[in-house]
Parts: sequence; C-alpha cells; structure tokens
Amino acid sequence: MLYRESGQFKTSYEADQAILPIPQDRWFLMAVLLIAYLVIPAVSSEYMLQAVLIPFLVFAMAAIGLNLLLGYAGQLSLGTGGFMAVGAYMTYKMTTAWPDMDIIVVFLLSGLCAAGVGIIFGIPSLRIKGFYLAVATLAAQFFLSWMFNKVEWFYNYNPSGTITAPPRTVFGHVVTGPEATAETRYMVALILVTVFALIAKNLVRGRVGRSWMAIRDMDIAAEIIGFKPYQTKLLAFAISSFYCGIAGAMTLFLWLGSVETEAFAINISFQVLFMVIIGGLGSILGSFLGAAFITLVPVLLTNAPQLAGLQMATDLQKHLEVMIFGGLIIFFLIVEPHGFARLWQITKEKLRRWPFPY
Amino acid sequence: MANGNGGNRRRIGGVILNVEDVSLSFGGVQALEQVTFSVREGEIRAIIGPNGAGKSSMLNCINGFYHPQGGTITYKGNKRKQMRPHEAAAQGIARTFQNIALFKGMTTLDNIMTGRNLKMRRNFLWQALYIGPARREEMEHRAFVEQIIDFLEIQAIRKQPVGKLPYGLQKRVELGRALAAEPDLLLLDEPMAGMNTEEKEDMCRFVLDVNDEFGTTIVLIEHDMGVVMDISDRVVVLDYGKLLADGTPDDVRGNKQVIDAYLGAVHD
Amino acid sequence: METLHAVFVAPWLDMWEAPVFFAEVFVSGLLTGVMYSLVALGFVLIFKASGTFNFAQGVMVLFAALTLVGLMEKGVPVWLALILTAVVMVVLAIVIERVMLRPLVNQEHIILFMATIGLAFFLEGFGELIWGSNVKRLDVGIPEEPVMIKGVLLNSFDIWAAAIGAILVAGLAVFFHKTPIGRALRAVADDHQAALSVGIPLKTIWIIVWSVAGIVALVAGIMWGGKSGVQFSLSLIAFKALPVLILGGFTSVPGAIVGGLIIGVGEKVAEVYWGPLIGGAIENWFAYVLALVFLLFRPQGLFGERIIERV
Repeated sequence: MLYRESGQFKTSYEADQAILPIPQDRWFLMAVLLIAYLVIPAVSSEYMLQAVLIPFLVFAMAAIGLNLLLGYAGQLSLGTGGFMAVGAYMTYKMTTAWPDMDIIVVFLLSGLCAAGVGIIFGIPSLRIKGFYLAVATLAAQFFLSWMFNKVEWFYNYNPSGTITAPPRTVFGHVVTGPEATAETRYMVALILVTVFALIAKNLVRGRVGRSWMAIRDMDIAAEIIGFKPYQTKLLAFAISSFYCGIAGAMTLFLWLGSVETEAFAINISFQVLFMVIIGGLGSILGSFLGAAFITLVPVLLTNAPQLAGLQMATDLQKHLEVMIFGGLIIFFLIVEPHGFARLWQITKEKLRRWPFPY
Repeated sequence: MANGNGGNRRRIGGVILNVEDVSLSFGGVQALEQVTFSVREGEIRAIIGPNGAGKSSMLNCINGFYHPQGGTITYKGNKRKQMRPHEAAAQGIARTFQNIALFKGMTTLDNIMTGRNLKMRRNFLWQALYIGPARREEMEHRAFVEQIIDFLEIQAIRKQPVGKLPYGLQKRVELGRALAAEPDLLLLDEPMAGMNTEEKEDMCRFVLDVNDEFGTTIVLIEHDMGVVMDISDRVVVLDYGKLLADGTPDDVRGNKQVIDAYLGAVHD
Repeated sequence: METLHAVFVAPWLDMWEAPVFFAEVFVSGLLTGVMYSLVALGFVLIFKASGTFNFAQGVMVLFAALTLVGLMEKGVPVWLALILTAVVMVVLAIVIERVMLRPLVNQEHIILFMATIGLAFFLEGFGELIWGSNVKRLDVGIPEEPVMIKGVLLNSFDIWAAAIGAILVAGLAVFFHKTPIGRALRAVADDHQAALSVGIPLKTIWIIVWSVAGIVALVAGIMWGGKSGVQFSLSLIAFKALPVLILGGFTSVPGAIVGGLIIGVGEKVAEVYWGPLIGGAIENWFAYVLALVFLLFRPQGLFGERIIERV
C-alpha cells in the first residue's frame, strides 16, 4: 500500500540506472538527510554528538572504505586501523608543517597518503587470497602501529607521544581543536560522509564497481573477460585505504582531538570489520547500518544498567558488555548472515505486498 | 533466419587463428601433444573428443590461461609466446566456460555489462563523479547491452542475480557476456551441456545467428554429435591430447580412426 | 656507510665472535617456537575441519588457563583441576557446536570467521566474569631452575614445554592420520554437504575437533600461563601464531611445527641482533613481515600443494 511501484514507468536508461529509482526511496532519503542536517544539530546534546553521532560518522566512513574492499572487491583486510592511523598522523604532520593550508585539503592529501600505503600492503593480494591475505594485512596493522609509536618524527618529537589537533578554520568557522563546538565538528563530518558515500555509490554502480565484483565472484573469469587483476585489486586497496585514511583524520580532528597509536589498534580493525559484516557485505547502506549498530550497542550497554536502576561494579559491567556484544554478533550472524542491508531489503519486499501476506 | 552450413551469405575468410605443434603438460600428465589446426575467419569450428582429451585445455591455451610448453599460436598474424588472459581479451577473444563462470552475486544486466569493460574509457575519477562523459558512456553501453538482452530473449531476468537463475538461462547469460565484448573469436566450451532438446535448439539458433549476423568466428566444444555435425563447418577430433582427425563433418564422420576411438564407443 | 655496516655486517660478526651466546639465543628461539607451534596447532585443527579460521583460539587458551587457575585457587588438587578443565573444554566444544556451528552449516567461510570473533569476545567476557581479570600465577609443578647443557644456559621449564609440545604433536599426528576420524575430518574440510551426503556425522566430527582444539589450548595455556602469568594478554599470543600459519600453511600439522620453529628463531635472532638498530620492540610485526616476504615467493606456504586452476 505505502510502498508501491506499480504505475511507475521508467522511460530512459538513465532513470533506470539511478541510485534510487523508486520515488518513495528518494523521499525517505530526503527526510533522513533533512533530519541529519537540520534537526539533529538543533536538538542534540553535547554528549549525544560527541559520544554517539560523531563516532558513528567516523566509523561509517571507515566502514564504507572496508566495504569497498571486502564487500565489493572481496579482499579481506584486517589492517583498517593501520590505514586510519596513516590518515591521522599524516594530517597532523601536514597541518603542523603548513598551518595555512585548508584543513579539508589536508584531509584529502592525507587520504592520498593512506591510499599509497594501502597499495603497498595490497601487493600481497596479487599472490594470495582469503585468510592468508587477512593475516598478511595484519602485518600492515602491526607495522604501522609500531612505526607511529617508534618514529618520533611522526608526532613532532612530543615526549608524551600523543598528537593533538591544532585549531583550524574553514570559511571562518573553527572546526578543529578544543575551541570547535561539537555541532561544527558534527556538521563537517556529516558533509564529508555524505559526499564520500555518494562517490562510493557512484563507483560501485559503474565499471569500477563491476570490475571489483567480478574479481570477487570469480577472479579467473574476470581476467578472461579482460579485467586486469592487478590493477583492479590495487585500485580497490587504494580507494579503500583512502576512505580509511579520511576516517582516521576525522578521528583525530573531529572526534577525539588528541590520540596515541593505541586509538588505531587492532581492535579498531575488528570493529570496522564487524560493522561491514553485520551491516551487509557489498552495500553502502549496510555500512551505515553496521556502523550505527556497533557504535550504539556499547553506548546502550553502558547506560542500560543506570536506566534500569541497577548498580554494578565497573569491571563486572565491562565483562558483561563484552559478553553481550560477542553474543549479539553470533546471534545476528545466525539470524541473517547477510546483514542488516538484507533485512532492510526483505522489509521492503514485504511492504510492497502489504497488507497481503504473499 | 540463418541457414547453417553452406549458406551463401556467409563469407569464410583467411586463417585467423593458427595452432601449431602445441604441447602442454602438468607435471607428468601430457594434456596436449603437438596439436596442429587452424581456424578461418567467419567459420564455426568444432573441437570434439572423449572426456579428458584435452579440449578445454586447448581453449585455455588459446585464450592465454595456460601457457603451452611447446609450439606456437598465431592469432591475426601475430605469433605469440606467452600472454595473460586479459591481453587475449583485449585482442578480441571471448569465451564461455564448461562449468558456468558467471559472477554470481551480480545481476544479469551487470554480468553482461562486464563484457563491455574493454570498450569503456573513462577512468575511476570520472566515475566517482558520475557526471557528463562517464554517465553518457554508461548509457551508451547500457543501450548496446539491451540489444544483446533482446537478442538472447532474457529481458525478464535483467535485474535478477544470476546465482539464482536456472542452469539453461545461466548459460545464455554467459553467452551474452561474451557477446558484449563484440569478439572476433568466440570460444564456447560445451555451450549445450546438460540441456534438454528444446534448450539445445535455442542455443544452436543463437550460435548460428551470432555467426551469421555479426560474422563472429566461433570455436566450439560439444559432445552432442548431432549438434556438431549440423552446425559446424569443420571439426577437429582430439584423443588423449593428440590430434586424431581434422576436416568437414562428413570427412570426420567417415574417418575409421574416429569411429574406433570415439563415435563407435558411444553408439555401441 | 656506517649504517650499512651496522645493518649488514656487524650483527653477523657479533654472532661469529660469541658463538655460545648465539647458541643460547638460537635455542631459546627454538623453544619459543615450539610454544608458537602449540598455539598454531589449535588453529590448524579447526581450519582442517571447517575450512575456517578460528579466531577464538587465543581466547580459548586464556579461558582454559583461567579455568585451571581458578579451580586450583579453590583448593582443587592439580590433577583433578586438569581433568576438570579438560571436561570444561569438551563441554564448551559441545555448546559451541550446538549453538553456533549448527545454524551456520554451509555458510560462507567469512561468516564462520566472524562468528568465531564474536565467540572470542563472548568467552573473554565470560571467563573474566567468572574468574576475575587480575593477573594470576599458574604453577602446575613443572621445574623452573636453569640448567647448563654443553655450556649453553637454558631454562628447564622451556625444555619441559618443548617436550610436552612434541609429545602432543606426535599424538595428534597419529590420531588424525592413522584413524578413520582423520579421514572423515579431511572430507568435512573439503565440502560440508558432500561429507554429509556420504554419511559422515558432521556434528560428531565438529565436537571432536573443537574438543581437541580446546585441550590443545589448555596445554598451551599451561605453558604460556606458567611462563608469563595468566592474564588477558595471554589471548594475544593468537597473533603470534598467525604468521606461523602463513608460513606453514593453514592445513598442515608439520607445517605448523616447522613454521613455529622458523618464526621463533627468526624473531629472537632479529630482536637480539637487529632490534636495537631500529628502536626495538620489533617482535610485534617482524614475524609477519618474514612470513609475508616468504609468501611472495611461495604463495601456498611451506607444505601446501601447488594449485592447478581449472576453468
């Protein structure tokens, strides 16, 4: 009833190839964007923005990056944290070296640095596949963590080893540093994520996306059809790492304000991997849903006992949190191995026929 | 429609592919032993032989997936030593597979679109923006792919993921993907395996039409003798990696060795 | 020039000039390597049976060690605690099969892999919830005094660990290569559905394999826990075992052992002779890079078979 497409005819290939061919979907997305851009900044508290929404956006960015690599190109990587670290540290180096350069430009440049590093650590993918590759990408994770920890140049010889985001402005607004308000940082993050999500969607619906999916589904046939496997895989690594790099820069400049290498440790790589799989492999929408789930669940778990009026020792609560989190992951994998994106699709199918059962 | 062999409208040209003394082995197993034959432009060439005779290996050599240890392959006048499959594709060789090798997670439309990739020029930066030239290019190729979809009569399954399609349709989509590349040489590895008579007839019609309308040269592996004898211009017979016979369907049918090694065994 | 000398010449000279010290480094590397193999073995077992990578293996080591220590702290004698812990690991295997593996039969490997990561979180929370998260000392009575063998100073604990590891490995090799279960196991690894269709009881095989992996984890937990105390970081030795797996191949028991030895020695020697040059603490990634370089030349690992791809 509500979600019906009968009577909607497409008269050009262009209309048929659009991101959202059905008007109901377009209206829905419009509404979501309106809320994200206008309502949320107006009504959200500082805590809400800082603890929930900004991390959600940061992780959505990283999850899109990993989803391009794993969900579309089929290359399993556990080095996400490492690539994010490259983005954060390079942004820090560049913006302290050239304070006048626009911070957004610096973000993009450090994304490119991360892309370069991604290509280097993507080279083994030319020879190895699957879990072997996953383990190989751990080399990136550990080596990069070690490097940013040991080489003092990266944190400007700061004895504490931390890097702190200096204040920078975009069009007269302070967007980073301690003076920047949570609303401003949220808006910058939101704009970045919107733009890059659109770019990702464009990539995956065109030739590049098809070349990735071809390599993922059957690499031999892809090569026989004329895709160059090396270029295709390395491009996937480069673009994926670019997204992760931007996410890393966002972590430092828009979310935490100051970080150590610990902020990009191996468990970040796993968290992003969870988001991608729970959200749905090969789905940009899924990256958002997964990021929302993984950032929201711990927040809920932390706050749930207070809401229920229970008093718990902190370490007891922490153990319970970890346990429930792990249990939920197994639960969702069993219920729907293809993630939230598939659930969303099924819901739409059901809506299409509603109120009839079939 | 098309008028199989001997049709006057079809023009058979000079040699497009020449295979000379090609030998291939895996460890101790000799898959191909000094096989020699040629394919002329515009003809339908069949390769037959019992299972394990080296037919698929032969196709794999032609499109660069295997590298033969001995012999030469000359394609369009260029002799080549070793090439990667994507280079073969760039030179106009397309193929289908014995065990369907479609991209199962993608829709029919996307699968056939992958066949157009070599014709697409815009790099990923244009695609990221999806405006102007990139969008126009995408639409042009979409229009071409729609023609193939019409030709193969698979309009209804355009937006379905191919992994869920029945076998016969998957074979058809795979043919569509190969055709999308507008190949000069089309290699078909058992395009009719596992099909019922009706589906086989459909597939034969498509093969003949492709050859007739686009003038595509076709090399075909097939077990159904009726099909082979009906649609091919010349037949190569392989057995245990060796060339057993080479000639028109009638020649081969009458060849004593072939009857002993192959046809006889089947019909006894 | 000086840097080049320090990197390429000096370490070799050091080795040449102090052979006893080098021997000590080498042997202690070997002994650590055995311990790596022990952890890697758990991975190999499960990879062979389900084609997936059991990320929870490291946490299983921690969980087993925690359970053992917890029981001993409650005053249970060592032998009984060992048996009880083994029983707990078997029960755990049965629960895992029932709750997690059975609903995920025939799912893609990556899904199973993710589920084992979930399992790792769950077990970590569960273990620490019951037994607490402070560092515990584990002493099951293995001697620890230093011994001299041909002028080389060694810790007898390491030698014991190596010996126990060797016995375990030999036992497993016999178990999986000489018994029908071994064959069924290889069939299951190849294709769940095909194995089921010829009547191999998938459930039983999985329970057996996960139980054995759990007991291997217990042994590894005793060794590592005895060395460095039982605490959360114990689960991180899983990361040490991964390069061993790349080197040896995910499916090869001998590969896990040889790979463990190579990584153990390589890491120790590199840390002692080259580590100081680049700021130390390289043991976190050195093994990975070693394994990676190796992979570029031999993608199928030390003992893997060369794959002929067909279309």
